[in-house]
Amino acid sequence: MLDGLKTNSALRLLAAAPIRARARLGNNLELLINLVVILAAMLFMLYQGPGFAVRIIQLFAIFAILAVSLNLVIGYTGLLSIAHVAFFGIGAYTVAVLTTNPAYEQVPGHIRYFDWTFFAALPVGMVIAGAVALFVGGVLSRFRDDLFVLVSVGFAVIVHRVFLFWQPVTRGAFGIHEIGKPTIGGLVIDGRLEFMILSLAFLALVLLVSWLIVRSSFGRVLMAIREDKQAIEVFGYRTSMFKLTIWVISAMMAALAGGLIASEQTFIDPNSFLLLESIFLVCIVILGGLGTLWGSLLGALVFVLLNEGMRFLPFLPDALVGQARLAILGMLIVALMLFRPQGLVGRFRL
Amino acid sequence: MNSEDRADSGGPVLETRGLLKQFASVNAINYLSIAIPKQGITSIIGPNGSGKSTLINVLSGTLPIDDGIVIIQGAAMRAILPYQSPSHGVTRTFQEVRLFNQMTVWDNIMVVLTERSVLKSLFEGNRPAYQSRAKELLESVGLWEKRRDQAESLSYGQRKLLEVGRALAMDVRIYLFDEPFAGLFPAMLERVTQLLEGLKQQGKSIIFIEHNMDLIRRLSDYTFVLDSGELLAEGPVNEVLERPEVIEAYLGT
Repeated sequence: MLDGLKTNSALRLLAAAPIRARARLGNNLELLINLVVILAAMLFMLYQGPGFAVRIIQLFAIFAILAVSLNLVIGYTGLLSIAHVAFFGIGAYTVAVLTTNPAYEQVPGHIRYFDWTFFAALPVGMVIAGAVALFVGGVLSRFRDDLFVLVSVGFAVIVHRVFLFWQPVTRGAFGIHEIGKPTIGGLVIDGRLEFMILSLAFLALVLLVSWLIVRSSFGRVLMAIREDKQAIEVFGYRTSMFKLTIWVISAMMAALAGGLIASEQTFIDPNSFLLLESIFLVCIVILGGLGTLWGSLLGALVFVLLNEGMRFLPFLPDALVGQARLAILGMLIVALMLFRPQGLVGRFRL
Repeated sequence: MNSEDRADSGGPVLETRGLLKQFASVNAINYLSIAIPKQGITSIIGPNGSGKSTLINVLSGTLPIDDGIVIIQGAAMRAILPYQSPSHGVTRTFQEVRLFNQMTVWDNIMVVLTERSVLKSLFEGNRPAYQSRAKELLESVGLWEKRRDQAESLSYGQRKLLEVGRALAMDVRIYLFDEPFAGLFPAMLERVTQLLEGLKQQGKSIIFIEHNMDLIRRLSDYTFVLDSGELLAEGPVNEVLERPEVIEAYLGT
């Protein structure tokens, strides 16, 4: 009897060995991916010099805010939204309109000026994005899965058209120039390095808030909604309210990133807020891994590195670089989905 | 849930009057009127397609009511919203196990224990009270050792047990179990049996769907037999199972 038990447990250990080995390999592979990406980023920045490094980190901070906030919606809640760029744009345009300097106006006609400071305009942008999200979310909640995706696409397209044609406010295709720079006390943040630090500070804030959200009871309910909305509803959770809340929070975070990029670039036009950007963002989130905040950071880093790094590919003629970047990015996404559908460091499937 | 004080008064805990549920033009539940007794374990039996699962789906708000009313603990309703069913004192399990697959066993239990309000849940962490309750529940269904595993990695029987555990986590009056024993090994079957009897001892109302006649005889105090969405027979279990129309309905399929 005792012998039998022993053999039994030994056998079970033996049977479990490959599973544990695979788990360990999986963890090691994740670690390896992390190391490779971060090392590549560092080497690349060292090689290209500090100016380039600042630019890379600045872009990374913006894309990371966007990816982390979008992951709350896609990865944690299971809502495949292609509308994120719209909120990004609303944040950018609000800051642009409210802070632009009238002395540089290029569009004739009656345009109102506000001449606000950046830090006054930024929260307004977030609130407007949140309010729009609340309204759109109410409409979107009527649709499931594939229809939700389509309707979110429709919304992103509409917002882009508004930027393009609401001339008295957005200056249409001319775009908005001379967008205000943030000032803290008497200090104007106009240097690239200073702006990078500001962006990283906001990224840290967004990460902290996101982390608190996903660790809370609320975050757990979001994941349950992703897994089986109908089942969690029966246990007393009004899922539409949970979805709407995270949708609005995520939109406000995207607007924050928009405000930052508007001020950093000092110029925006509707072309910065095309549907394609949204698709890139979804790719970053999936690339990094659904339902992991760290994955979104990693995904944003990989995206920025590829996007900026491919300019320097020696064998590509200049005229083709822009096109090739998109093609290579697309191929990478396809390859990743084939061989690592959970993303670089993710665990979940949609 | 302030249900205990209503527990000892007479009358049914759950009642349907002229309840209708249609799929396309088929009446899955055909103007059904039943009254489920307050105390003990009630079984719902009937051939496949007789509307048993549909009834549970309607009672828990998973499917909308097409006509008629449902009276739960004295409150009459023409419509039941799924997220309101716990506040009516109802919880359930699903015939096809529906867990939160890509979440841990632990989180599958924790998620039904926590705050229901959006705002409060945003600021709520893992309270010790929830944790000790989750531990207790996982131990009662024998899945404590598996708590860190993903729910999808569990065996069929374990998944079924976890779902029963998730329903037990709800402190309600009425428990609807849709074939809780189907496909379980004897040891697990015994465990679920004990859990159901434990609920009964706490004075809860348990309603379950089952095909296994031994289990039905052993567990249920009262039985409803459905056929084509209509009530064929009802009464104490041994008496009902003797009736010729019940035997015929079962042999006929």
